[in-house]
Amino acid sequence: MARIVGAIVTSHVPAIGRAIAKNLQDEPYWKPFFDGFPPVRQWLDDVKPDVAVVIYNDHGLNFFLDKMPTFAIGAAPQYHNADEGWGIPTMAPFRGNLDLSWHLINSLVQNEFDITTCQEMLVDHAFTLPMALLYPQADQQGHWPVTTVPVCLNTVQFPLPSSARCYKFGQAIGRAIRSWDSDSRVVLIGTGGLSHQLDGERAGFINKAFDLKFMESLISDPEWATRFSIPELVERAGTQGIELLMWLTTRAAVPGAVRKRHSNYHIPISNTAAGLMLMEPVEPY
Amino acid sequence: MSQTPENPEIPGTTLFDAAQARKGYALNKMCFSFNAADNRAAFLKDEEAYMRAYGLNPQQSAAIRQRKVLDLIAAGGNAYYLAKFAGIFGLDMQDIGAQQTGLSKDEFKARLVAAGK
Repeated sequence: MARIVGAIVTSHVPAIGRAIAKNLQDEPYWKPFFDGFPPVRQWLDDVKPDVAVVIYNDHGLNFFLDKMPTFAIGAAPQYHNADEGWGIPTMAPFRGNLDLSWHLINSLVQNEFDITTCQEMLVDHAFTLPMALLYPQADQQGHWPVTTVPVCLNTVQFPLPSSARCYKFGQAIGRAIRSWDSDSRVVLIGTGGLSHQLDGERAGFINKAFDLKFMESLISDPEWATRFSIPELVERAGTQGIELLMWLTTRAAVPGAVRKRHSNYHIPISNTAAGLMLMEPVEPY
Repeated sequence: MSQTPENPEIPGTTLFDAAQARKGYALNKMCFSFNAADNRAAFLKDEEAYMRAYGLNPQQSAAIRQRKVLDLIAAGGNAYYLAKFAGIFGLDMQDIGAQQTGLSKDEFKARLVAAGK
């Protein structure tokens, strides 16, 4: 059966893409953010996962309000990004993993998660930037070292899935991966957050104390965030800080206890508190 | 925004709920179209015609003409789609934040840095 080797959660601010394009990684503004990644890249190089299940939210590239699935899973042979309104450069396409996609789809629906399946799917910065941060040479080389399965959560239009529902969704993803008849090594990548708010008079809202507590909870008490309703999370983390749902889903997909291998937290990147964590399951299975 | 027990009021914050989604559909659909460079060019060429084609109501059209983010939100705009409208003018998120909070861009950026202390 397939193995979950670990989970990586990171912010995905669009400005990161501009910083990469302009080679600003060592500028004082960007260095505290980019310096978080080499230990995670080293871990990837050591552990060498074959497949990445990327749990992210679409920001209006693939999905519009005409059809807005709560949970959607890609089942395409490959995934492309596209101009998102700012003329974002096209990246090397990401290879899909049809076997795992359909195994996930079958398993999740059987477990009462009635997800939307997508045999064509554009992936936006929330998918591409974490991949570029984790595999910085891959785009230039035209080849990503992992196959991918995109898992998209609706954080655009309310009602959003509750934090408790996201946690259960993550658990179901984890069970599905571990029941996949394959010798693949799977890494989970969750993207978004942490606290930030782009819109309204409260724009610029950041909550460091809450973010740090949330990050710590993923190790010590992973269900902690499920006690909060969605509006309570928005109040604490900001309208877009609600993207912490992807972190929660990702953590829940790793069964049992996890150990923190690495973390980084820096304010601000653009309007966002940027976080990064690498977690490994304590018990191998 | 409609105040319901599920969506209590958070100061300075509009949740993009059913009422907003219904109200803002035409505006958000227009902003979604700005994913394509050709559409951004068409908007810049004839803004009024472009808004008419998407059926914006007078409140939405006025907010677009004035480039006022808070008014666009009041007219049903969603932050993720509005970001594509802002992108046409090369505005970044600190420009948008400064405009909504009534701060200068430098003051807004200083506030963000202070949140990290």
